[in-house]
Amino acid sequence: MCVLDAGDAAFTVEFGDAIDPDLLAAVNALDVGIARLQAEGGLPGVIETMPTFRSLTVFFDPLQTGREILLEALRPLFAASGHSGGDNGRLWQLPVCYEGIFAPDLAETARSLGVSEDEVVALHSGSEYLVYMLGFLPGFPFMGDLPKALRLPRRPEPRLRVPPGSVAIATGLTAIYPWKSPGGWHLLGRCPVTLFDAGRESPSLLAAGDHVRFVPVSMAEYERIERSLKSGDIEPQHWLTRRGAEQAEVSR
Amino acid sequence: MNSPASLEIVSPGAYASVQDIGRRGFRRIGVPWAGVLDPRLMRIANALVGNPGTAPVIECFDGGLQVLARGAAVRVAVAGDAVLEIEHDGERKPLPAWRSVTLADGDILRIRRMGSGRIAALALEGLALPQVLGSASTYARAALGGVDGRALAAGVCVPAQPASGAERILPEPPEVDERPIRVVFGPQADHFSAETFDTFLGSDYRVTAEADRMGVRLEGPVLGHLGPAEIISDATVPGSIQVPGKGQPIVLLADAQTAGGYPKIATVIGSDIPRLAACRPGQTLRFAAVSAAEGERIARETEAETLALLAAIRPFVAEGVDLTALYSANLVGGVVNARSPEYRPLTAGDD
Repeated sequence: MCVLDAGDAAFTVEFGDAIDPDLLAAVNALDVGIARLQAEGGLPGVIETMPTFRSLTVFFDPLQTGREILLEALRPLFAASGHSGGDNGRLWQLPVCYEGIFAPDLAETARSLGVSEDEVVALHSGSEYLVYMLGFLPGFPFMGDLPKALRLPRRPEPRLRVPPGSVAIATGLTAIYPWKSPGGWHLLGRCPVTLFDAGRESPSLLAAGDHVRFVPVSMAEYERIERSLKSGDIEPQHWLTRRGAEQAEVSR
Repeated sequence: MNSPASLEIVSPGAYASVQDIGRRGFRRIGVPWAGVLDPRLMRIANALVGNPGTAPVIECFDGGLQVLARGAAVRVAVAGDAVLEIEHDGERKPLPAWRSVTLADGDILRIRRMGSGRIAALALEGLALPQVLGSASTYARAALGGVDGRALAAGVCVPAQPASGAERILPEPPEVDERPIRVVFGPQADHFSAETFDTFLGSDYRVTAEADRMGVRLEGPVLGHLGPAEIISDATVPGSIQVPGKGQPIVLLADAQTAGGYPKIATVIGSDIPRLAACRPGQTLRFAAVSAAEGERIARETEAETLALLAAIRPFVAEGVDLTALYSANLVGGVVNARSPEYRPLTAGDD
């Protein structure tokens, strides 16, 4: 574990240099510990924390506290952070249409990997993924790990506009783009479920530590789901199949 | 609020958006803070119109912002080195920045151009907009805050309160600071050699045309990496200086993505982010290194300077004699600075 400087108002506690569920557990344990201390009023001046694959960044107000004061206050947590923060346990089974215009890179991905398109879909939808972190865009989940047979680097030229809902893979990870944005990942399908809604109590559907499975649906089914979501007949929570005890704490 | 007074955007200029101190607490789900690029300008502009310091303001770039008072007289103020003009009944008059002014129904206020820098904050008395995730700041990428989640466009009206109380002035605006931009090395300091740090601190970097609320791309001597030019994505902060493979640094600002996969050579300290964000395309800048502790000390010093500026704001006396001020002043011991802006005739302010 080491502490990295991130200016005069933040520092990053780094646990390692790999994408690894054990490192994520250490990150979450520290995150939960800081949240507890904050709730007890023990960390004045801490603005927020940002958990990532292998590190936690602490944002603070240098007018109220300082790096040395905080590192001293967090020392007991560092000692304990080797232990797991517990499995969040939420499992989402999200629908994905892997067909037609929703899957612009499916054929090329299959060619590059030397497998059939059906095999790509079967492999992608056949695994359970861990949400390592959210970032880059509001609600954008970095999920892993992809089966070894699906590992590809990013596209050499990023697209200028990736449509929202695009389900994509790159560098051993998979993700869903919540917003129209530039992006260099390979687009395999489209998910109709809204990942981010500022009007919801938890604006991001997914939280770090959640698990996700993708369920292939037809184009017709995709359109039916989209309509039901729009009309309010189905809530996004519909696709939540397992609820963890620590959910409220971790996704606060 | 059923207010008869409003302010219409006649032209947003280069880019104008509603911003306050920003959105805190949602970086963990990928939501950047957004918020004003220069909090001091926001606090001064708000103080000039009598708003709370962190009330939303209209932040704009370069010249070109034009606003029109509608329905009633409204109180506005521009903080920033802006050259302003008021149009009343077809007649145009220059107006100095750093003071509040009452726009009658139908009056237009224009930012003709910026003297130095490129950012100005326009405060409007009683500007109230709904908060989204705790802030009225516009973050257009995810359609959060502002007016309908978008930057301001011609024809948009924002609600105000009818003007009340005295107009105010900041007698001595902050001086232009041309020192190097101060940075703290890291978080990926170990991805760069000592020679690269020498290059980084010893060279001029030019601001490219790609400079907006997300960040500023710089051009200059190449900053080489010791290893690969990527890391496992980790958190970015406002002020993070990313170095992608081509070795040209990018400084991230308020609207930047919350995580990134390029190594970060250093972080601009909070006190100097406003100066960096105010650099115009084509302008060159230099960096200087400070420790994190020194950065914290500078933050406290900057805050003390801001508080002194806010404390200096006083009622503006347009013409005639302000008897209250006259009787409350110590006429024997007092010294009047006849060159202060409040003693200049209104029409002499155009530079």
